[in-house]
Amino acid sequence: MKALAARRHHRSAPVVLLLLALLVTGGVYAALAPSPAKADTASTADIETGKKLFQANCATCHGPNAEGTTEAPSLVGVGAAAVDFQVSTGRMPMQMNGPQAEAKPPQMDEEQTAALAAYVASLGAGPAIPTDEQVDGSLGDAANGMALFRTNCAMCHNAVGAGGALSEGKFAPSLFETSDRNIYQAMLTGPQSMPVFNDANITPEEKRDIVAFIDEQREGSAGGLSLGSLGPVSEGLWAWVVGLGLIIGAAVWIGAKSS
Amino acid sequence: MSENQNPQPSRDVTPHGGDGTLAQADRFTDPGVPEHKPRLTDTDPRSAKRNERLIVLIFLISCLGTVGSVVAYFAVRPDGTTEGVRLSTLLLGVAMAVSLLGIGIAAVHWAKTLMSNHEHVEERHPSSSSDEVRAVVANQFKEGGKDAGIARRPMLLGSVGLALALFPLSIAVPLVSSVGGDWNVSKFRHTMWKKGTRLAYDPSGRLIRAADLTVGSVAHVIPDVPAEERETHHWITEKAKAVVLLVRLDPRDLKRDHREGASYDGIVAYSKICTHVGCPVALYEQQTHHLLCPCHQSTFDIADGAKVVFGPAKRPLPQLPITVDDEGYLVAEDDFNEPIGPSYWERLK
Repeated sequence: MKALAARRHHRSAPVVLLLLALLVTGGVYAALAPSPAKADTASTADIETGKKLFQANCATCHGPNAEGTTEAPSLVGVGAAAVDFQVSTGRMPMQMNGPQAEAKPPQMDEEQTAALAAYVASLGAGPAIPTDEQVDGSLGDAANGMALFRTNCAMCHNAVGAGGALSEGKFAPSLFETSDRNIYQAMLTGPQSMPVFNDANITPEEKRDIVAFIDEQREGSAGGLSLGSLGPVSEGLWAWVVGLGLIIGAAVWIGAKSS
Repeated sequence: MSENQNPQPSRDVTPHGGDGTLAQADRFTDPGVPEHKPRLTDTDPRSAKRNERLIVLIFLISCLGTVGSVVAYFAVRPDGTTEGVRLSTLLLGVAMAVSLLGIGIAAVHWAKTLMSNHEHVEERHPSSSSDEVRAVVANQFKEGGKDAGIARRPMLLGSVGLALALFPLSIAVPLVSSVGGDWNVSKFRHTMWKKGTRLAYDPSGRLIRAADLTVGSVAHVIPDVPAEERETHHWITEKAKAVVLLVRLDPRDLKRDHREGASYDGIVAYSKICTHVGCPVALYEQQTHHLLCPCHQSTFDIADGAKVVFGPAKRPLPQLPITVDDEGYLVAEDDFNEPIGPSYWERLK
């Protein structure tokens, strides 16, 4: 210590101190900084392939560098999860203009989707594609998922996820056919009319609970025919047309004279 | 059985007034019972035999249904899975339907084909008692009144009348006073939000940092209260008034607040109770900034002070003024400055 104290007026002391301070700051930052959300596996080759695919399929609307146009939003910072959701469900590339982009058989295969996701993720940090463990409904708590679903999702997607109408031709789709990964990504990125439910709002564990709840709804209702789970409209139609029709038919048969 | 073949004119068309023939001319002649036609089973013994066998067959099918339902009950027990419960219910239901419908169809078919189908006419009996009986009863009432001395003892009549008239109060008072709970309407004016109450996520109760809300986010919000208070009944009634929908817009999209200065950096907090009839308005379309009510399609423009753009609601949603505290959490600056929910007659007093 004495030796250090003796040299504190040394000519190079400020420089040494500055270097030390920078090293400590950098080290602490590296240890504590949140890891940027990016697809880790993206290689430069993937990004190059993705860029080519993007310019061939997406640039017309989203702009040559994904900066957005008057037709479509910028994709800088939307993250790999948004691309994977939109492309793997076939919503993008969009086939035609309409109230909303609807799901259709995907145009890109898995490799192409991954390349596109890697390219868009390289443009700016955004939510990454969730891991298989994050979206595994069997690890979640379906009861907690139901409470969360009821508060955050049921008003648009129906109490069991059968979907429902929005305004002017838009609708919240049914979730029965949606994959666990896509459900998770939709919450994370808020596609189209849907709001964003980021990890501070609904934590990753809570998102998995919601996936677990949806998984249970896929088994259908223990009560038998669910009539699309649409509630009073389909049930009323059934009761009035089929039910009353049968009763009227029986009354006519009982009242008719036998010949 | 079949149409009334009463040859006498019925009472409700008895001619009245001076000229009986006029009313008489309006009547049509009673066509009587149509001619009886024998059925095939009445004339053809082979057809009757065939129908008999058919009816027996349907009854036997019903027996099989009953046996089937008992077998299904023991063989397919609900095993706790959705599919198991569905299969068990389905088999029991189908077997019982076969069993009961079999009895019903066979019985009706039996009655229609094999039982006698000759029409019978039953005359109506006069429903009033004879004049003698009526006179006796009237006399008994008069005698009873005389015996009780009502005319001579007016105090007695008054007191019995009073007792009978008062008794319904013992039922009516509790009934009327419990209708509508209490009459304290002023509680609709205030919610539990007050200056400094932090905003928390519903249902977890975690606090909300302004920095955590990304643009396009929607959060369903309750006031921050201790977790044990959220287990109480009082909380449920308070929550029903205090629920808030929090939306973060791009500040450039936010045209105006409903309440001056109530938003914070593009984050707006509006009451989740519709101003039409109080449904939870929560269908938020991120791209149009429209908030829909699922009950009657009232649509509010969140970017424009929650103005009503469609539907039966008459007023914008009340806005909760919010800001950020020292630790970065969202806090309320005040309660709502108008009653939340649907209009009521004392709202503007």
